[in-house]
This record gives sequence, C-alpha cells and structure tokens, in this order.
Amino acid sequence: MSRISKDQVKHVAHLARLAVTDEEAEMLTEQLDKIIGFAEELNELDTDNVEPTTHVLELKNILREDEVRNSVSVDEAMKNAPAQKDGQFKVPNILE
Amino acid sequence: MSILDKKISELHQLLHTKELSVTDIVNATFDRIHQVDDKVRAFLTLNEEYSRIKAKQLDERLVSGADRGLLFGMPIGIKDNIVTKGIRTTCASRILENFEPIYDATVVERLTAADTVTVGKLNMDEFAMGSSNENSGFHPTHNPWDLSCVPGGSSGASAAAVSAGEVLFSLGSDTGGSIRQPAAFCGVVGLKPTYGLVSRYGLVAFASSLDQIGPITTSVEDNAYLLQAIAGNDPMDSTSAKVDIPDYLASLTGEVKGLKIGVPKEYLGAGVEPGVKERVMEALKVLEGLGATWEEVSLPHSRYALATYYLLSSSEASANLSRFDGVRYGLRSDNSNNLIDMYKQSRSEGFGEEVKRRIMLGTFALSSGYYDAYYKKAQKVRTLIKEDFTKIFEKYDVIIGPTTPSASFKCGAMTKDPLTMYMNDILTIPVNLAGVPAISVPCGFSDGLPIGVQIIGKHFDEATIYKVAHAFEQATEHHKAKPKL
Repeated sequence: MSRISKDQVKHVAHLARLAVTDEEAEMLTEQLDKIIGFAEELNELDTDNVEPTTHVLELKNILREDEVRNSVSVDEAMKNAPAQKDGQFKVPNILE
Repeated sequence: MSILDKKISELHQLLHTKELSVTDIVNATFDRIHQVDDKVRAFLTLNEEYSRIKAKQLDERLVSGADRGLLFGMPIGIKDNIVTKGIRTTCASRILENFEPIYDATVVERLTAADTVTVGKLNMDEFAMGSSNENSGFHPTHNPWDLSCVPGGSSGASAAAVSAGEVLFSLGSDTGGSIRQPAAFCGVVGLKPTYGLVSRYGLVAFASSLDQIGPITTSVEDNAYLLQAIAGNDPMDSTSAKVDIPDYLASLTGEVKGLKIGVPKEYLGAGVEPGVKERVMEALKVLEGLGATWEEVSLPHSRYALATYYLLSSSEASANLSRFDGVRYGLRSDNSNNLIDMYKQSRSEGFGEEVKRRIMLGTFALSSGYYDAYYKKAQKVRTLIKEDFTKIFEKYDVIIGPTTPSASFKCGAMTKDPLTMYMNDILTIPVNLAGVPAISVPCGFSDGLPIGVQIIGKHFDEATIYKVAHAFEQATEHHKAKPKL
C-alpha cells in the first residue's frame, strides 16, 4: 500500500502554497512515498520514554531590555519590493 | 609559488616587510579568478571594483602604520546564502535572483572589522539543499581535481574556489555536512563549529536548529584564524551561545601525546569504499605515531540519522521558506490574478525541484495527523543520537572517521534518485543532529580524487579538534597537493 496518495500530495502542495501540475503531483507522490517509506525505519526504535530534542543547547527565553533603537527606513525596506505604492507593498486583490 | 599558496601568517609577514601590498594580493586573486573560473564556475557575483578600492584603502593604512585587523588585507569568498549589504545575495535560487540585502550578516560585519576584502559570492546548491552543487538555480560548479566531477555540496563552490586557488579562504554553511563533504571532495580544510558558536544572523535560514556557518581554508592554521574572527556571542541571534572564545592559534602545538580517540565501527562499515577506509586507517596510524591512542567505539543510532535529518531539516525548511511569497522581496509571478494564486505561482516559478520536494516533505511531516508520527518521532530519535555522542565523549577526547563514504563522483551520476544522493551525508549528519563541532582535513587520494578525514569534538571544544588536525597535517604532506588547472 502506498503511504501517500496523489490527492494528499495535492492537498500538501496547497498548504505549502505551491502550484503543481498533474504530472508533477504524480512524480512527487512516487518520490515522497519512497522517502517516507525510508523514514519509517525510525519506528523500529522504542521512543516512548525519550524526550524530544528541539534544540541542542540548553537555552531558555533569551530576553533583552525593551529599548527604542534605530530601524530600517521605509525606502530601505521597500528596496527589493516587486511592486509598491505610496511606500507600501502592493499585492493583487485579496477580496474579490 | 604563487602569492595565493601562502598562509595568512606568511602573507602578513610580507605585508609587514612591505615586500607585498594588499593591492598585489587582491590583483593576484582576480588574475587567478579570471584565469580559472571559466572552468570551475565557483562565483555567482564578483565584487571587483570595490575590492580594488578597498585594497588601496588598506594599503594606505599599511603605510600610515594604523591598527590592523586579524585578517588584514586577506581576500575572501562568501557563500551566497550569507547576506552582504549592497552585494546581490541569491542562495543560488531564481527566486532571489535580483535580491540586494540591506544589511550585512554578523559574520560579514566581523570579517569587515578584521579588514578582509570580500571578492565575491560563491555558488551553492539552491538554499543549501544538495550534496553536489548540481541543484544551483544558475549553473553547476566543477571539482578542480577533475572538472567532470562534482565539488560536493552544498558549499561546493566555497570549497572549489579555495582548492583552485581563487581565494585564500571562504565561508560556507553546514546543515548536514555542507562544509565538510565539499571540503573532503576538493582536498581542503572545512570546519563546522559547535551549534551556537558562530552567529546565524544574516544566514538565510534552511534548518534553524542545525545550520552553522564555518570556515574553509587550505591549512588548519588559516582555519583557526578565520574562526577566531567570526566566533562569539551575538545579541542579534538568540541561539548564539554565551561562551568564552579561546585562543585557537595557541592550540596548534602539534602535541597529541596521550590523546584518546574513539573510532566508531559504524563509520568504517559497509557502504564506505575501501580507498576511503585505507586513508583513514593510515591517518590513525600517523596519530598513533605521535603518541595518541585509539579504540573502536559505537554510535549505535547512526543508521537512523539520515531519516531523522530529512524529516527535521525539511520540516524546518518548509517553515523557513514560507517567507518567500513574492510580496516584500524576490520573484513575483506575472501569471496570477489573486493573492493565493500569486503566492503559488511565484513560489513554483522561483524554486527548483529539490527545494520544492523538501518543502513538500516538511509540510507533510508537520501537517495535521502526521506531526506525531514523523516530526515528533524524529525529534525523539535525535535525542538518542545526541546521547550516543555524549557517552563516547565521557571517555574519549575526539571521534575520528571518514568525512564521506566515497570520493567525489561524476556530474549527473546521482541526480535521478534523491535518496542515493542523500547517502553522501550519512557520516556528517549525526554531527549536526548532536550539535557538536567537526572538521574535515585532507588525508590523501583514492583514484586521483581527494579524501577527507573527519575529526569530531565535544561541544565548544574546537581547540582540541584544531590541535589534532594541525598535528596530523604537519606530520603529512597531503595538504601540499594542489589541483592542476
């Protein structure tokens, strides 16, 4: 049985905001199935009493003083914008 | 001997006695780049005009006797996922083809303070995802030892440029082996520092819990110089550690008598080519001859590292790369008429195949109903892999094994099957998962291609790694071999 279906791949692509053609979805289904199958070898290990590692160093809540500091200018922030208007990022219609 | 074959300490002596100027060094660098980069194709962007102006400014300071930084006048190449103010930074992706950062990464700031000259930006696998540089969105880079072979990846061009003598040294980044594997393939020295030693501020994030910037050089001594300049706490990176930075150069004593080495049996088992195994055994003999001792040890969870890594790194990547949406920077598709469609089209046109595949894998592993089975499971196995290292370091000073299971391979040989390509990183990945530091040092050749020996140390013990690497290097001639181009 395959571990991931073509419909699932299309759903995941939507979540990831990627446009995939039918052909790409088919190829990705096959490749992801193989990779996930490989990853399932982790199930050989009993990890019931193992804590997950999210970070290798023992760091907790790095805080700093809440001070006013210089920030980038509007011009700088807009420097790489693909489209802009009146110092703001311009995007296509959100409401139709 | 060319100027560019010299070490930093030798060049500084020549600058000091005025036998050489910074302009001479920078000119020699660009001469070499123009001579060989057509073949190697390491650079994505050259910073020539600025470099020559900077060289002149530094020469004026040389004459006036002003203070000089640790890396005064030294030309450097920087991997193109480290942001440089006003110099195009692409991550070798079409999605950032025209991106000009508005600030410098902390490492770049520190290099500037040390008086280096940034000569250009180096090619890589797109967003650091790959082991061969064939995933660059622009063009592949070639291995200077055999142009039909890959330089490794993802910092393939950072290693190739140093190996080809185009730059004295470079910065790369290492998420699962991306500094050490190309350093091994190209016959140069590459260090992945302890997670948290070097600031990641301004490193375009791939997998934030694994990424680390590190130096690639021709000698261990130069490597220590470069780390000295970039290591240390940075308030701009909350994961950057608050630790004292030792004098790394002081650790290069050549003295390894009594040092205890652990050699994991999993690192010399099936899948590791005989030529690689032989070179590593010879390296251990050299260290034995210098008074170190070694014993076989076990990292029992090594075989689970690859699967753990691909689940965790892809999950983190899928979150990190969501920032590329065509709104604030980067490519925006013209083929859309609403917002969601614009996101989808921009990302699909801008990202390459491997990047999309990993975003898909990561999104799947994090999606509702699969999170516990894949992502959380991998985080738990990561704990087991980390504990393997902790146990060995209770008894041993360093762990030694090969950097890669084989030498470099032909371009195109592994592009068909992603899983086969992933196997390249099987000996480097556990180090990133455990967060420990490791270096790859040249230890000879197999069928004419360079092999690297990997020396792994305890958290924040780069000094011991350098000590061992330097002692080995000085006792052998491997580092003196240069590719013919």
